[in-house]
Amino acid sequence: MSKTVELPRWIDVGALPLLNLLLALVVSGLVVLAIGENPVQVVEILLYGAFGYEEAWGYTLYYTTNFIFTGLAFAVAFHCGLFNIGAEGQAYIGGLGVTLAALYLDFLPFPIMLVVAMLAAMIFGAAWAYIPAYLQARRGSHVVITTIMFNFIASSLMVYLLVNVLRPEGSMTPESEQIAEHLRLPFIHDIAAALGIDMASSPLNLSFVYAIVISVMVWLFIWHTRWGYAIRTVGANAVAATYAGLEPGRFIIIAMMISGALSSFVALNEVMGVQHRLLIDFTAGYGFVGIAVALMGRNHPFGIFLAALLFGMLYQGGAELSFEIPTISNDMVVVIQGLVILFTGAMEHMFRPRVTKIYTAWRLRQDAGEAA
Amino acid sequence: MDTFQLIILLLDATLRTSTPLILAALAGMFSERSGTINLALEGMMLGGAFSAAAVAFYVGSPWVGLLAAIATTIALSLLHGFACITHKGNQVVSGMAINILMSGLTALVGIALFAQGGKTPALDKGSRFQPITFPGADAVQDVPVLGLIYSELLSGHNILVYVAFLAVPAAWWVMYRTRFGLRLRAVGENPGAVDTAGIGVVAMRYRAVICSGVLVGMSGAYLSTAQGASFLQDMTAGKGYIALAAMVFGKWRPFPALAACLLFGFLDAAATRLQGVVLPGIGEVPVQLVQALPYILTVILLAGFIGRAIPPKALGRAYVKER
Repeated sequence: MSKTVELPRWIDVGALPLLNLLLALVVSGLVVLAIGENPVQVVEILLYGAFGYEEAWGYTLYYTTNFIFTGLAFAVAFHCGLFNIGAEGQAYIGGLGVTLAALYLDFLPFPIMLVVAMLAAMIFGAAWAYIPAYLQARRGSHVVITTIMFNFIASSLMVYLLVNVLRPEGSMTPESEQIAEHLRLPFIHDIAAALGIDMASSPLNLSFVYAIVISVMVWLFIWHTRWGYAIRTVGANAVAATYAGLEPGRFIIIAMMISGALSSFVALNEVMGVQHRLLIDFTAGYGFVGIAVALMGRNHPFGIFLAALLFGMLYQGGAELSFEIPTISNDMVVVIQGLVILFTGAMEHMFRPRVTKIYTAWRLRQDAGEAA
Repeated sequence: MDTFQLIILLLDATLRTSTPLILAALAGMFSERSGTINLALEGMMLGGAFSAAAVAFYVGSPWVGLLAAIATTIALSLLHGFACITHKGNQVVSGMAINILMSGLTALVGIALFAQGGKTPALDKGSRFQPITFPGADAVQDVPVLGLIYSELLSGHNILVYVAFLAVPAAWWVMYRTRFGLRLRAVGENPGAVDTAGIGVVAMRYRAVICSGVLVGMSGAYLSTAQGASFLQDMTAGKGYIALAAMVFGKWRPFPALAACLLFGFLDAAATRLQGVVLPGIGEVPVQLVQALPYILTVILLAGFIGRAIPPKALGRAYVKER
C-alpha cells in the first residue's frame, strides 16, 4: 500500500460522520422527490414542527430523552464489542419494574419513590439483559441473535401480563392501572410555572434532566473508571485483555447489564413521566433508534446527545409533516432513520479511503511546499 | 368434527404458515453459509411482499408480481452486499438498517401510490396464486384416512407452497453436491484458502446473497399474493426473525431448518386455534407462551442445551485480501 497519513481527529469524528449523514439526508430528499413532493418544503415543515413554536421544543426534547437513554445503552455495550439489539425488550421489561413499584408501593413519598422506581427499572432491565449476556460470556451464544429473541419474548410476556394480570378488573383495554398522582414525574412546564415562568405544556418532564446527568455519568464511567477501561479493553481486543489479567466474560456481563439498565430508563420517561400507566408497546421502537443514535454519535455521550436531538427533531417534526402533507406519513421519519443507520453505520467506511487519499495528497504537497 | 380431521386441518394450516419461513430460512442459509450475516430477512420479505402486491395489482398477474418481488429483494441483497462485502461495513448494522428502511419505505410508497393508509388495494382472483387441486382430490375425499390426507393436506395449496418444499432438497443439492455449493461453504469457513485457490471471495459472496434474495423474494410474494390478497403495513410481523431463528435452530442446514420451520409453523397454527381453549389436565394455555416458544427454543438451543449450533467460521467477518 502506498504511503498514507493518519487522518486528524476533526476529520475522523467530525467531517466523515457528517459526510455520511449528509448522504443519508440527500437520499432521503430523493425519496421525497420520488413520491412527488418538494424536499425543501419537507425540510421547512420538519424544522418548523420541531422548533417553530414553544410546545414543539418540549415534544422534541421529550423524544430526545428516550433516544439519549437507548443511545447510551447501545454505546456502553458497543464499547465492550457487543451489539445489544435488545434495548427495546430491556426498556419494555424495565417498564414492568417501574409500574410494579409505583402500583404496589404507592404509599411511599415521592422522593423515595423516585429512587425506588429508578432501581426497579434498572434491576428489571439489567436482569433482562443478563440472560443473553451470560449466554454470550459463558456459553458463546451470539448476543445479537439472543437479544433479538429476547425482544420477542419480552413482547409476548408483557402482552400476557397486561391482558391477564395487570389489567384492572372490568377494563377491556390491556393496560395497567394509572399510577398515583403524587408518584408522577413533574412536567417541566409545571416546574416552570411553580417558578413563575410561563411555558407551553408538553410531555417534557424531569427525566430529561436525568438523561443529561446520566450522560455525564456514562462519560465518566467509560473513560475515567477502572471498569470502563476494562470494558473498552475487552471490546478492543479480548485476547489482549485476557493477557492483561482481565476476564472478558465478566466485563461482557457487566457491560450488558449496564446497557440494560440504561435502556430501562425509557420507562421512567414514558411510564412515570408521560403515560402514567403501562401500555402495550410503549417502547415504540425507541430501542432500535438508539442504534442509529449511538452509531451517529460515535458512541460518545456528547455525540449521542446531538444525535438524539436530531432524532427527537425528526420524530416531532415528522408528526407535523404527516399533518401538513397527507401523502407523507410518519413513515418518512422511519425511512430517514433507516438511511442514517445504513450510511453512518453500515457504510461508514465508504468515504474513508478516498478522503484519506485526498488528505494525504494535500499534506504531502504542503510538506513539499514547506521544504521548498 | 373428529380428532383425525382436526389434526389434518391443523397440519394443513401448518404447511401454509411454514411456507414463508422455509423460503426465508433457506435464503438466510445461503447468505450465512457464505459468511454474510443476514438480519435483513425481515425487511427484504416486507419489500418483496409490497412489490409483489403492488405490481400484481397494476399488471393483473401474480407471476409478474413474483418477478417484481424477486427483483426488489435482489436489489436489497446487493445493497446489503455493497455495504458488507464491498465496503466491509458491519453486517448486523446493515441488516438492521434494511429492516428499518423497508418498514418505513413500504408504508410511505404504499400511501403515495394507493392512499389507503399503507395498504395495497385488494387483489382479485386472477392476480393471486390460486390453490391447485390435485387430480381426483374431490373424488377420493370420502375414502377414510388417505382420502382426507390427499384431498385436504396434500392437494389444494398454491404453487409457492410446493415450490418451498421442493426448494429444500434443491438447496441441499446445490449446497452439498455442486461445485458452486462447495465453494460457497468454503468461502464462509475459510475465505483465505478459497482465495489462494484462485476463486474470488467477493464474487462468491455476492452470488450467495443474490441466491438469498431470490428465495426471500418468493417468501415475500407468498405473504401478499398467495396467502393474503394485499400488502398490509408491517405484515411480516417478525416472520423474518422467526425464519432466522429456524435457520439457527436447523444449524445452518437445509433439512434441519425445514424441520424447525415446520415446528415453528405448527406452533403458529396451533396458537391461533388454542385461543381460550382449556386443555384437560393443563388448563388454559397462554397463547403468548405458544407464540414465544420459537424464540425460547432457539435461545435454549443457542445456549448449547439441545446439541450445539456452530455457525460458519467466517460468519460476520469481511474478507480483507491483504493489508
